[in-house]
Amino acid sequence: MSRNFLHTNRAFEKFKKHSLAVTGLWVLVFLYVCMLFAEFIAPYNLDNGNRALSFQPPSPLHFIHNNSFAFPPVVHPLSYRFNQLFEREFIEDTTLSLALSFFTAGDAVKLFGCIPIRHHLFGVNDPTGTTRVYLFGADGVGRDLFSRIVYGSRVSLTVGLAGVLITFLLGFIIGGMAGFYGGKIDWILMRTAECFMLVPSFFLMLALRSAFPMNLPSSTVYLLIILIMSFIGWASFSRIIRGMTLSIAKRDYVTAAKAIGASDARIILVHILPHTMSFSIVSLTLSIPGYILGESALSLIGLGIVDPAASWGNLLGGAMNVADIQYHPWILIPGVFIFITVMAFNFLGDGLRDALDPNR
Amino acid sequence: MHGEILRRLAIAIPQLLIMTFITFLLIDLAPGDILAQYRFDPRISQKTIKALEDKYHFDKPVFVQYGYWLVNFCKGDLGYSFSRNAPVTAVILERVGNTFLLGIFALVFTWAIAIPLGVFAAVRQYSWTDRIMSFISYFGMSLPSFFLALLLMYLIYLASGIPLIGSLPISGMVSAGFDQFPWHRKILDIGAHLMLPTIVLTVGALASLQRIARGNMLEELRKNYITTARAKGLPENRVVYGHALRNAINPLITLFGFSFSDLLSGAALLEIIINWPGLGSCMLAAVRSQDTFLVMGSMLMGGGMLVLGNLLADVLLIISDPRVRS
Repeated sequence: MSRNFLHTNRAFEKFKKHSLAVTGLWVLVFLYVCMLFAEFIAPYNLDNGNRALSFQPPSPLHFIHNNSFAFPPVVHPLSYRFNQLFEREFIEDTTLSLALSFFTAGDAVKLFGCIPIRHHLFGVNDPTGTTRVYLFGADGVGRDLFSRIVYGSRVSLTVGLAGVLITFLLGFIIGGMAGFYGGKIDWILMRTAECFMLVPSFFLMLALRSAFPMNLPSSTVYLLIILIMSFIGWASFSRIIRGMTLSIAKRDYVTAAKAIGASDARIILVHILPHTMSFSIVSLTLSIPGYILGESALSLIGLGIVDPAASWGNLLGGAMNVADIQYHPWILIPGVFIFITVMAFNFLGDGLRDALDPNR
Repeated sequence: MHGEILRRLAIAIPQLLIMTFITFLLIDLAPGDILAQYRFDPRISQKTIKALEDKYHFDKPVFVQYGYWLVNFCKGDLGYSFSRNAPVTAVILERVGNTFLLGIFALVFTWAIAIPLGVFAAVRQYSWTDRIMSFISYFGMSLPSFFLALLLMYLIYLASGIPLIGSLPISGMVSAGFDQFPWHRKILDIGAHLMLPTIVLTVGALASLQRIARGNMLEELRKNYITTARAKGLPENRVVYGHALRNAINPLITLFGFSFSDLLSGAALLEIIINWPGLGSCMLAAVRSQDTFLVMGSMLMGGGMLVLGNLLADVLLIISDPRVRS
């Protein structure tokens, strides 16, 4: 026990020295906390739109108001008119100014799905509801992109964790069995795994998605995506676990356990698999981005989460049209969040690898 | 070694067929079928539909249907694509060439850039260039291909005033009126359309390959024979590029097969985003219209290209590494 503790402690010290990994960890902690408090952080509801504000650009925040520094910043109401080319132009109505405020009353929501709250982290106090603060601009039906990104993180940030968990279980059971029993079981399991690695994963994803109706509700599709992604991911993971099990199963203490009469399940679960743990943690952390990207890809091409539900991929799907990017470049922002999350996981995984690998 | 390659093929082909069977079952599970749109079309008589059902055995159980498909496959016939009104073989052959073009360009660029960068970073380990490059590779590794494609589309739009860059095409494979172009303009046109997808795919694959090349090179440079070479007074250039590089490249060649797989997957999504008429966009359209035979054909092709990529890697390894030959 104490030896184990020392090892963990040393790994922790090593991890702390990896500044990029620590940064990645904090970024992820921040994103996941925001996800938990989505209802509070998002100033508007997921489907609270105002068609008059369709594709409103990000609200300018004025930190200088009436020639003096203003905090919280001031926002002016935005409205559009058509210019000579009949393009919509948003202009600020400077006669009206509203200060951004914190803990503002707004849409009634339920925090964590059960605690009713009316106050949000920030917002503007406008009884008419026409002035809105849209930090990242609006989408086509005038909904706040910032709020939708905050709500969308629930899908994008959990799909990876859930998917990895299932992959982990499948990979452990199948890889452990193949490596431990060898022979025919090994041959059958590993040739099956190879089948799944033989087809480009995106093709497999499409084929698996095609087995289900295209117009499923988003909550069902969410579960479906997790299943599909882990169904694809288990193959390569279980192959590596199998290889490690093969070499561990030859060690003396495994023979000793067999001699005492431990059951196969006990040997695999208690004596063999814990030794693959540090590898698994690293490998799984590094594979989370794959799940996030897979969900994004499916949602992006319209086979995943669909409007009015939000995920980062589905929000970025609004940018698939070239003309939309040209006139409303802010709809690319969800992509930045995917990028940051993927990078944070990559940093974290690298740091964990350096910390957990005793040879480094 | 030749036996080994044959043995692998002997396993890979049945595995591919198993995958097509799974695909077949999956599509059969989905509600509706390709003939549904015909059934609801008042212009098509029940007789025609019955004839089609008979011809393609849609009325039989799924195992029998797959059996017929398998028999036809052995004869070189992959069935008929109802959504495109053409034989699947013809549709796919046209598409495979386009995907291949994209893949080859991306592969050549990736390897031509990543290997020298990796070697350079290894030779100057911990220098500023090495650090900057490793940071950039993190960046490139984490940048999703679809996001990069959309960003590039926007950048090209922003640069619309600048000659050459501003006029780069951002979607499709050919411009309007392509058929009337003289041959040299045709090549230029496709080349211009290739720019964006090649950049996207190269950036995506570059980072990891550069990191691996750097790692291999570093490992090689630490070995005893390098010290020997230096001790006997060989010029540093010969030590690095003549001795270490040759050995550092070999493990990368095995990677070639794997990178081919990632490339195909990445290219498929990219094709959909930029409307590249390749296998990926074909697959999506087929899945959407439940065009069973086309989906199976695309799967088979995608898998086949992967198997070929892996085989190619094996052959290259035999050529480059004499130790494997014996």
